[in-house]
Order: sequence, then C-alpha cells, then structure tokens
Amino acid sequence: MIATQNLTFAYTPEKRFDFPNFSCADRETILILGKSGKGKTTFLHLMALLLKPTGGNIQINNQEISQLSVSQAANFRAKNVGIIYQKPHFVHSLSVMDNLLLANYLAGKNQAKQMAQQLAESLGFSEHLSKKTTQLSQGEQQRVSIARALMNKPSVILADEPTSSLDDDNCLKVIDLLKKQIQEIGASLVVVTHDQRLKDVFEKRIEL
Amino acid sequence: MNLLKISTNNLKDKPLTTSLSILLMALGIAIISLLLLAGKQIEEKFTRNVAGIDMVVGAKGSPLQLILASIYQIDSPTGNISMEEANRLTRSPLVKSTIPLSMGDSYQGYRIVGSNEKYLTHFQAEFATGKVFSKAMEIVIGSKVAKNLTLKVGDVFSSQHGFDKEGQAHKDKQFKVVGILKTTNSVLDQLMITPLESVWAVHNEHHEEEAGKGANVLKLLEDDSVGANSIRPVQEDSKKITSLLVKFRNPAMGMMMARSINQNSTLQTATPAIEINRLFALLGVGVDALKWIALVIIIVSGLSVFVSLYNSLKERKYEMALMLSMGGSRTKLFLLLLLEGLIISVIGFIIGIFLSRLGLWIMSENVEQNFHYDFNVLSLLTEEFYLFLGALFIGLLAAAIPSLGIYKINISKTLADE
Repeated sequence: MIATQNLTFAYTPEKRFDFPNFSCADRETILILGKSGKGKTTFLHLMALLLKPTGGNIQINNQEISQLSVSQAANFRAKNVGIIYQKPHFVHSLSVMDNLLLANYLAGKNQAKQMAQQLAESLGFSEHLSKKTTQLSQGEQQRVSIARALMNKPSVILADEPTSSLDDDNCLKVIDLLKKQIQEIGASLVVVTHDQRLKDVFEKRIEL
Repeated sequence: MNLLKISTNNLKDKPLTTSLSILLMALGIAIISLLLLAGKQIEEKFTRNVAGIDMVVGAKGSPLQLILASIYQIDSPTGNISMEEANRLTRSPLVKSTIPLSMGDSYQGYRIVGSNEKYLTHFQAEFATGKVFSKAMEIVIGSKVAKNLTLKVGDVFSSQHGFDKEGQAHKDKQFKVVGILKTTNSVLDQLMITPLESVWAVHNEHHEEEAGKGANVLKLLEDDSVGANSIRPVQEDSKKITSLLVKFRNPAMGMMMARSINQNSTLQTATPAIEINRLFALLGVGVDALKWIALVIIIVSGLSVFVSLYNSLKERKYEMALMLSMGGSRTKLFLLLLLEGLIISVIGFIIGIFLSRLGLWIMSENVEQNFHYDFNVLSLLTEEFYLFLGALFIGLLAAAIPSLGIYKINISKTLADE
C-alpha cells in the first residue's frame, strides 16, 4: 500500500507544488491525471524517494519513508518500489534477460532467472530474451520495463506516462497487463499520466 | 549478472573504440617488454661468456673489436700475435691462467677456434658424445653446430677461409669430428674447437699457396709487419695466435700489468667489463629513446580510454541514473566504470607481452642466422610485473577521472529530462 498526506515540494520558493492526499491499498490501482507542468513527474519522484519532500508524509507498507536518508531511500526503493518510465530505458549493452536480472542484482537480491522467464511469457516477449533491447519495438520495450519493475516483487508500482508513446491497441494491452500483474504479486499501482485514453479504465482517479 | 559482466558488455558494445585502446596499450607494453627482454638476454649472454676472464690480449686495434671477436665471436679478429709473446705473458707471476685462441676459419658459417682443452673447461663443457681432441685436425663441436649442420662423431670436412659461407675452402686438410658438446648456453654452443696445431697446419700450407698466387694482400702485409719484428726466432714465425684470454691472480695488480703491456709492446690489452659497459652505454641512447616512445604510446592509450569513457558517460548518463534509481550505489557504478579501464589494461598487457615474445622470437631467428646467437624466449621478468602495475595504474587513472562524474548525476532531474 501507499499513502501521502499534505505532500509539498519546492524547486524554488516560487516554483512550489502542493499535492493532494491519497491512499492506495494492495491490489488497488489509482490514476493521477494532470496536464504538463502540474508536477506529475515530481509527485511520482517523491513517491519513489528520488526527491525528498519539503513537507508532508508518505507511507509505503505502513512505513513512514519521507525522512529516510539517501542510502536508506535507495535501499528501500530497490526492494519495495518498481518504477516504469515514460520511455523505456535500458542498459543497452545488455540483453533483455540481463536487463531484468539487473533489477535483482542492483537491489542485492538473488537473480531470479525463472521469474524473468515467467514474466516474459505472461507479458509476451519470451522469444526476445536473448536480444538486445534496441532490437525490440516500442510496445515490446514497454512490456520489458513492466517486467523489470516486477522483478523484485515490490509493494508499489509507479508508472510515469507508461502509455504515452504507444498506440491505442498497445496502450490498453499494457494497462491490462499491469493490472493483472499487480493482482498476482499483491502490489498497489499508481499511474501518473496526461493520457486521456486511460480515464475510463481506472475507477479511482485524482486530478492535479 | 555482475559488474564484470556489465562492463565487458559495455566494452563489447563499442568494439572499435575498445580495440583501439587495447591496441595502443598492447603496443606500448610490447615495445617496453621487448626492450627489457632483449636487454636482459643480451646482458645475460654477455656476462655469462665473460665470466672468469679478466683481460684479453691481442694485436693492436680497437679494444671493443678484440673483446667482441675473442669472447663473443661476433666480430673479426684484430690481427695476430706471436705465440712466444703470449707464452711470456703466461709465465708472469701475476697471471693465474691463460687460454690461447686462434681464429680465422669457419665451416658453413660456424667459426673454427683453435685453442686447447682449457677453453672447454672454462665453460664447464661436457661431452654429449665422443671425447676431447688429442691431436691436430681433430675437432670438437658445440651443440648448436652439431644440431644445425647435423654433424656426428667421425664426420670429416674441410674448413673455409674467413667467416663467410662462400670463403675459399682449405681442401687439402680435413678436420675429423671427435666429440660433440652438451649445450652450455654460452658462445661455445656455436663454435667448433680444435687444437692450435690444426690452425697452424692448415695455414702453413695455405700461406705458401697464397703467397705464390698473391691472392691475399692483407695476409701478406700482416706477415711483413710480423717479419719486421726481428727478435722472434724464425722457426716460431708460423706459430701465431689471435688472442689470449687471461685470468689474474689479483685483478688489481693485473690492471697494472695491462697498462705496461699497452705502453711497452706491440700488443694491446682489453678489459671485457670496461668494453662491454662502453658498448651498452652506446646502445643505451637508442634504447632510452625507444622506451620514451613506448611510454608515450601507453599514455596515449590511457587518453583513449579517458576519451571513450568520457564520451560514453555523457551518452549513458540516463543509463547511470536508471541504475542508481534501481538501487545501485554510486560507488558500485564508479567501480563499474573503473573496471572498464582495468579490463582494457589487462587485455592490453597480455597481448603486449605476447607480442613482445613474438617480436623476440622473430629477432632471435634473424640474429641466429646472422650471428648464431640465440635468445631464450619464455621467461617472464620481474620488471614486467612492475610494467603490469604501471599499465593497471594508467588504465585506472584514465577511467577514474571521467567516472567521477557518477557522483554528480542528479537522478531525478536526469530521469525527468528524457
């Protein structure tokens, strides 16, 4: 689960964001909609502990995380938060399989080759595991980055515009897969987007 | 999945840049290592052959030439000296022992040296087959000569005048192989040793023949100058040797004797240690220049690592931020980049060492053909261990400077920007 209260962040005294409170239980999904410049990515980075909030609280699994130190935060993030970025980025010298295992390695966990295999099968790219990520299509790449976010069985999946570079068909497919996967591992899913196509697929949503 | 795998994959991902860095490193290492090896081997050869010889006495000329000809058998002799004068020296109380040498003939490019059994014992030679010569025209041959010319005990051959394969043959007198020596790793391996009497026997007839034909002007001139020295009895005239290797009882006293010989007789003396140091000093200038060139190449290799990592770090900034966001620590990523420099150094070093061995082998084949000097190729020198540390240091330094950029990456900003 993840919840925030009175979360604020300021890049400069003038450029300052106040974020609405929300909470999202395990196996629940929430859509955060907002136009550009409303601080969507900032909100997501705060939840991911990539930025330290100026004020307010964040809990993941009932643990207060807004005051963690940088290295504690990195450690906590690696184990409990899976992040899916707008554009799928990988370590491009590594194969698809190695990019998945990299998530385990950097989080200091055992490298779950079998799990990577299973995820690849259920997300439909198992025939590409030994290829380089650049050889895959955008839709395939986005599915690989979903698998990567799931590798450490996190309690929260944060997705930043996961569908903006995909066509309608792939867009709905990706959201479907995401929803199915979080059900399986029992995580919360927070999707931050300006993509109006997603409005109707999520029951719970807030606007920035 | 580990750091090593990521960094090797990163290196393989840009094969051209990586090969260039490795190639530069390998070239630098190869040149330095080749210089070290060749220097070491030459020094070893030179010192092993010189052991136990305090002074060489020969005809006036270049002292370096006298040493090269008499001890290393790689230059022409300076001229002849009379056996009588040599004997007088040998009887001096300061002298512990002497070995007379007489050179000038060869067989198939290998030198025939007239001497006595002491020359063999000087190198602690042992016989592989056969025994030592007991009379004139019997000959004992070094291991390499036996191997390369496939000579065996009982074979007969006639020598040629001079050191070329094309030299005129002394057809009337034939040498008989009576013994083959075991390998001594000294100059002896490429020599054929016969009693002094053989050389005199071959050349007595040879002189008369040539004098008649007027074929060898130099030889005649030499004979004239010897003839002018009227103190020597006539019957001793043909008994000449090329040089005399001398060991003193007390080297310090010996030096005084050497000075007096140089000032008061037609002979000259040469001290191996001094001449060889002079030779090395002459070669040293060239060797130093090559070492500097090699060092510059290694530094350029370091620069190449630096530039390629610096550029790739700019390209891979997002990748690094991504790994940081996935829980990788900055130190871990710093090590990842260092490892790339390290791998280039290590591979470059290994290839460089291999190249230097290859170079030495080619050089040795070449030198062996021309001088019958061989090099032992496989040993790894302690200096090369320091070279290895140096290569690692340059690789690490070249990688460390650009990699420090890892500590300046703003994860959130980098991830949000793209």
